[in-house]
Amino acid sequence: MQNHTGAPKGSWLTDPRIRAWVFQVVTVVVVIGLGWYLFHNMQVNQQHRGITSGFGFLNNSAGFGIAQHLIDYTEADTYWRVLVIGILNTLLVSVLGIILATVLGFTLGVARLSKNWLINKVATVYIETFRNIPPLLQILFWYFAIFLSLPGPRQAHGMLDMFFVSSRGLNMPAALLAPGFGPFVVAVVVAIVATVLMARWATKRFEQTGQPFHKFWTGLAIMIVVPALAALLFGAPVHWEIPAIRGFNFVGGWVLIPELLAVVLSLSVYTAAFIAEIVRSGIGSVSHGQTEAAHSLGLRNGPTLRKVIIPQAMRVIVPPLTSQYLNLMKNSSLAAAVGYPEMVSLFSGTVLNQTGQAPEVMAITMTVYLAISVSISLLMNAYNKRIALIER
Amino acid sequence: MSDIKQPGADGIIRMEAVNKWYGQFHVLKDINLNVRQGERIVLCGPSGSGKSTTIRCINRLEEHQKGSIVVDGTELTNDLKQIENVRREVGMVFQHFNLFPHLTILQNCTLAPMWVRKMPKKEAEEIAMHYLQRVRIPEQAHKYPGQLSGGQQQRVAIARALCMKPKIMLFDEPTSALDPEMVKEVLDTMVGLANDGMTMLCVTHEMGFARTVADRVIFMDKGEIVEQAKPDDFFDRPQNERTQLFLGQILH
Repeated sequence: MQNHTGAPKGSWLTDPRIRAWVFQVVTVVVVIGLGWYLFHNMQVNQQHRGITSGFGFLNNSAGFGIAQHLIDYTEADTYWRVLVIGILNTLLVSVLGIILATVLGFTLGVARLSKNWLINKVATVYIETFRNIPPLLQILFWYFAIFLSLPGPRQAHGMLDMFFVSSRGLNMPAALLAPGFGPFVVAVVVAIVATVLMARWATKRFEQTGQPFHKFWTGLAIMIVVPALAALLFGAPVHWEIPAIRGFNFVGGWVLIPELLAVVLSLSVYTAAFIAEIVRSGIGSVSHGQTEAAHSLGLRNGPTLRKVIIPQAMRVIVPPLTSQYLNLMKNSSLAAAVGYPEMVSLFSGTVLNQTGQAPEVMAITMTVYLAISVSISLLMNAYNKRIALIER
Repeated sequence: MSDIKQPGADGIIRMEAVNKWYGQFHVLKDINLNVRQGERIVLCGPSGSGKSTTIRCINRLEEHQKGSIVVDGTELTNDLKQIENVRREVGMVFQHFNLFPHLTILQNCTLAPMWVRKMPKKEAEEIAMHYLQRVRIPEQAHKYPGQLSGGQQQRVAIARALCMKPKIMLFDEPTSALDPEMVKEVLDTMVGLANDGMTMLCVTHEMGFARTVADRVIFMDKGEIVEQAKPDDFFDRPQNERTQLFLGQILH
């Protein structure tokens, strides 16, 4: 910016542009200086104590057992594998929690707006109870008061002699591959393709003739009948391994450990209370005039909600919903309190204690959380952009 | 009042002794109104006089508590099916347009024909384009409501209602939320509609419109129909004191 007109200038001390420059330069110098000081300090201290810095430790053998691992693991495996197991367990809790919390939250949010007194009050009491209790307390409650106080495996509550709930968690039949598996997969693919084609045809016919078609039920029928036929012709796709008591515990089948159940349930129940309020305020944000306009055109309540109200409510719901998803994902670190092996308890806990590589372990853990958070945000922002209103 | 020929049982809208309360507040007091096919009625009166409530009762956006309302041979009761039948035949235009902001202009117009009348999409779009042409904004069909001016939005709202091919059109202060320079384009559209013989009930303070278009002007105050007359008689020889006071306030 040059002053061609030679207008009178004030003192450079009070010129906002010069001041802004000075402040920015000072800030950058201070931040870089502080960073260098901390880094240098760390290096000196590590040398002093004989700790080798760097990420080489990841290739060492871990030598401890893990309660739940989604991929194969033995004590001889490396810290790398422990890290991957930690990430997978965090993702497992987050994904299960987000799905459950969303379903529960939307249901409660709509229930909260219900004109039915009982439904309305039940939803209100639920929301006010669960969002006002700290999540850590809820995890401890579910874990100690509910799952660990269930009877032992020998006195387990059985359902159909296949599912068993006990203090060891939920034991259920495991699906083991059988010879009929290949044809079954082919049948499922065929059924999906057929359903998609049917849905397209139905939509096209609806647009051309206005005749509605029961897409959902027809699709469901295709999805059930075709794979069932394949199973009849080529034999069962999987062989079920039913858990059974051997000695003091169950053998065979899959098990959801009580730590996982407690963490997923408590986090979903807790977050659902917040999501319910978000959904309620989202629907409430759509002006009553929209409902009146839809009604005056002859639309019934169902289509009014689906075609007019919800699409507009979503743009209010999605941004706060994103932060609830992020909260749930980050709150999964509270699972450390009950010893569920996710990122914090497994990696920043056990691995850090064993190796003493604090800066590296912390940096890795933070990076993992950051990466998951950013991924969730990006996905939700992309969705939000798709449903945003177009104004001038 | 006496020289108005009250339509009898042949009226397309028949309101008999209609009463409505909001809690303790008596909004409508014994409203009797018969509208014949093709009649154009303007309702006016001070705010809170019950004129909007009256026309909102005709398509059951408001529920009346006493009396009977029969629209096109269908009585309005709690029966959802009957309410739906009436709403198909009655179009409504609101003060604040109430277009669906997440849908394009064309989608705004085709939503109800497709989902209520089960019309094929192509046919619904043809009808929509026909009416958009009629309100002179076919070129905006693929824009969103937020991209249009107030006057354009209100014309789309009229087109959207017309797409259901209603027998009756209700207008609830259609020009009150518009900038002054946009009032004319909306009124012109309404005059065009009146000339085509549409049965219209219009709550408005546009007295010029009332004078040129209306067959009957109804003045309401405190939930009652105080006076009704042909526009010339109404404006030049108002009988009731309250009507004279009201006209004195709005006509300068």
